[in-house]
Amino acid sequence: MSVHDETPTARSFRLRLEHPVDHLPGQHYVVRLTAEDGYSASRSYSVASAPDGSGVVELTVELLPDGEVSPFLHDVVEPGDVLEVRGPLGRWFTWDLATPALLVGGGSGVVPLMAMVRAARAAGRPELVRLVVSVRTPDDLYYAAEMAGREVTVAHTRVAPEGDPRPAGRLTTDDLGPVAAGTTVYLCGSGGFVEHASTLLLEAGVDAADIRVERFGPS
Amino acid sequence: MAGFTRGFTGKRRDDHGGRLPPGQYDTGSSWPVLSAEITPHIATEGWTFTVDGLVEEPTTWSWDDLQALPHSTYAGDIHCVTTWSKFDMTFTGVSVDVLLAAARPQASATHVLARSHTGYTTNLPLADVTDGKAWVVWEADGEPLKPEHGGPARLLVPHLYFWKSAKWVSGIEVLDHDVRGFWEQNGYHDRGDPWLEQRYHGD
Repeated sequence: MSVHDETPTARSFRLRLEHPVDHLPGQHYVVRLTAEDGYSASRSYSVASAPDGSGVVELTVELLPDGEVSPFLHDVVEPGDVLEVRGPLGRWFTWDLATPALLVGGGSGVVPLMAMVRAARAAGRPELVRLVVSVRTPDDLYYAAEMAGREVTVAHTRVAPEGDPRPAGRLTTDDLGPVAAGTTVYLCGSGGFVEHASTLLLEAGVDAADIRVERFGPS
Repeated sequence: MAGFTRGFTGKRRDDHGGRLPPGQYDTGSSWPVLSAEITPHIATEGWTFTVDGLVEEPTTWSWDDLQALPHSTYAGDIHCVTTWSKFDMTFTGVSVDVLLAAARPQASATHVLARSHTGYTTNLPLADVTDGKAWVVWEADGEPLKPEHGGPARLLVPHLYFWKSAKWVSGIEVLDHDVRGFWEQNGYHDRGDPWLEQRYHGD
């Protein structure tokens, strides 16, 4: 339907579904590409949009230069193309729009968390979620225009924007803040980020059983 | 949707002599880490593995007990439902046949539910963990199995998608019916044969 860039290496695709179905915030779709000779390649991409009954979903795809599917989506796919998708999938890394949630994302790991933030805002309940997103530099921040408000903390690990009271550096327990009992933590990012953040969360006294993890492997 | 994707020809066509199941790609030297929970760091002291349920002799092994059993090695490929496959790995551990032989499943046994120290579970037909098809392993490619890959020990059922190879495995319950595990309750296939692309319910 339409495409737009979030960062130099991340592009969002708005897809009109042939068979509209609402997703749960946090779910993903599988995109399957098929060559004329029948060869196919599939990868999973998280939905960034809130479920809104429109039959349109937004998937944000990080460009992995050595990948097979993401370079095709970035370089070849244009509005009007038809893509084969399957979903929404995944019933574990999903938010019910009722439980208080701490959302911790690294880099492209913010995508499924953004669906949760957008859903909370659309429902008029932004206080239910708190998003802590870790990025290397300001240029690496997805959905930058929406990263305002009391419910959002952006931690820059390499380069902080001018005037940011937080110096550049790895995520700390201070960034996570106090985690109230009864909060479910959704943690998403690369393996290294997940290991670092989960250590912080456990140090902060969060029960491992309250932490749901989604790791982004190479794809 | 039928047909092909405009402009797509694909990149990696080496199927390693027919060893790459449909819809999979070769991850090469990397070994991606995927899990639904944070990585637990479990010491081998105090570690146990139990076979219980419909067995004549419910049995629990300590780490040292397990090491004292006859070792065996799997050399071959593994396939993750997220579409990566990894070729020519070796894993060393003990065959599930050895463990079941000690616990002696009852005649009515048809399925098992493997469980982990994290609370993770996964269901398998008994036939998929017997006759040399499954192991409890503690070594990968000659090195101790790292925590993020399920160490100190994980289940290995390499002919099925890798979520069946429960990380941080703590035991197997023998059952006379199928009971869905963690991912299976969350939409994934009960059997998970990569050659049949049994990824999700209904495949």
